Amino acid sequence: MRENRSFAFYALAIFFGAYVLFLYGPMIAIFVLSFQGPQGGLVFPLNGLSLHWFAKLWQGGGIVDIGGAFRRSLALGFVVMAATVIFSVLAGLAFRKRFFGQNLIFYIVVASLIVPSIVTSLGIALEFRLADDLVKTYAPDWLADGYTTAMGLYTSGLGAHLTWTLPFGLLIMFAIFNRFDRRLEEAARDLGATPWQTFRFVILPIILPSLIGVGLFGFTLSWDEIARSSQAIGEVNTLPLELKALTTTITTPEIYALGTTTTGVSFLVIAAALGVIAIQRTRQV
Amino acid sequence: MKTQRAAPAWLQAAPLTLVFALFFVAPLILVIAVSFLDYNDYEIVPAFTLRNYSETFEGCVAQLPDLCTILKTYVSTAKFCLIVWALTLVIGFTIAYFLAFHVRSFTVQMALALLCTIPFWTSNVIRMISWIPLLGRNGLVNQALLGLRLVNQPVEWLLYSPFSIVLAYVHLFTFFMVVPIFNSMMRIDKTLVEAAYDAGASAWQTLWNVVIPLSKPGIVIGSIFVITIVMGDFITVGVMGGQQVASAGKVIQTRLDALQFPPGAANAVILLGVTLVIITVLNRIVDIRKEL
Repeated sequence: MRENRSFAFYALAIFFGAYVLFLYGPMIAIFVLSFQGPQGGLVFPLNGLSLHWFAKLWQGGGIVDIGGAFRRSLALGFVVMAATVIFSVLAGLAFRKRFFGQNLIFYIVVASLIVPSIVTSLGIALEFRLADDLVKTYAPDWLADGYTTAMGLYTSGLGAHLTWTLPFGLLIMFAIFNRFDRRLEEAARDLGATPWQTFRFVILPIILPSLIGVGLFGFTLSWDEIARSSQAIGEVNTLPLELKALTTTITTPEIYALGTTTTGVSFLVIAAALGVIAIQRTRQV
Repeated sequence: MKTQRAAPAWLQAAPLTLVFALFFVAPLILVIAVSFLDYNDYEIVPAFTLRNYSETFEGCVAQLPDLCTILKTYVSTAKFCLIVWALTLVIGFTIAYFLAFHVRSFTVQMALALLCTIPFWTSNVIRMISWIPLLGRNGLVNQALLGLRLVNQPVEWLLYSPFSIVLAYVHLFTFFMVVPIFNSMMRIDKTLVEAAYDAGASAWQTLWNVVIPLSKPGIVIGSIFVITIVMGDFITVGVMGGQQVASAGKVIQTRLDALQFPPGAANAVILLGVTLVIITVLNRIVDIRKEL
């Protein structure tokens, strides 16, 4: 490219700066406002500085069972993360070879990204209703008695989240294995390693940092998921669903405190992941 | 010596395949099936009917040239799609172009890209409500406008309006445009750009004749992402529109909230059809398979 910084560079740099400000501005506003004094309202100016709204959030009461929703979302997020990593790695390994139905599965996975989430969510809800009806009608008494529904956080909810996280996981695995040097595996095999040993001692250590990325992706996608969960989560809500319900009745900065807290959790998880990657790196050196 | 065989590929792919069979393919088939079933106040009635579709399109022919409710909703959603697509495309392309062609160090590129990613670790709902302190009736924008005496009373259309919906879409989804376009641009051989300059092309000519055609795959993938999200959205439209603005996704949600599954399913099939048509058209422009 040309040698000197042109006018275009400065114009584009200003544009970029404006975009970053646009991204961060509103968020910074609610982080600041979550430290509103007890008398403060939903907008500026700050009326004193306190942790009042965080304390209120912690006590619960004001907002319906946020603590419970928080724990459920966190637990579900970790299960989704684990399943996303394991299933994506296995499928990633499979797609390096040829197998029957390969293309079809690939198209279905991509379609899952494109089909509107509410359609998928409705489908899962219908499926579980059908399953419930079948169980109630045809199952033996010991099962049918007291049976209410199979729908729940770790059945329909987990499935709904996986249809959203796995496509990303698989596409990342494609990117990883496209860059993978196959000679390393061949060398391991020539030296007499079993397929499991090759995977455990050659492939896994190399792809591990990227796998942490896949896990991180899985967790954050699940942690924020609303559209797919909306019909399929069952009786109890996840945190984003509770948050969405709360938006219709925003009256105090408590919801800002909640926003600041959930963002804090995301950052903690990311910091932890980056920490693990860093430790991994130092070990390898 | 007998070598141990690795696990067969189909077995390795089985968990993923099972998830998509159970939670994606079967549900979609059920949605289509249920859209043709009758219903009453309490339950789905297992009898074939076209009622869900005919009721959805009721009056659509009779009322012409006026639009019936469902067509109005789709026109409104399509409008949002088009505006948001144009805005995210222009902004996303500019950002990606800056990062790919004007930032010279790889480390700085990655650092700036990361800077744009950080807000994604905040819940979308939080990012939506974070506009309240700025755009609300007593928000910063209105305070500033009143302070500067540009207006006499607070501007009402800033929040819970089509304006705030578009603003939130652009805020939330522009980065989905940046990533694939940036990815395409990074693959462009920089010597091609230099060759264009050497051959006497102006910066605009180079952009138009070299960079944009070569970034097309990224542009199409980003467009598909943004368009499908906006087409099916009911959350952003709900929160930012103060639950007052209709959308194709919201029609489904309203039906489901009333536990009217068959008409909800019929609307879902219509939405799915419209989305697939858009994707097919975009896919004509570029073969996505080759770009992954």
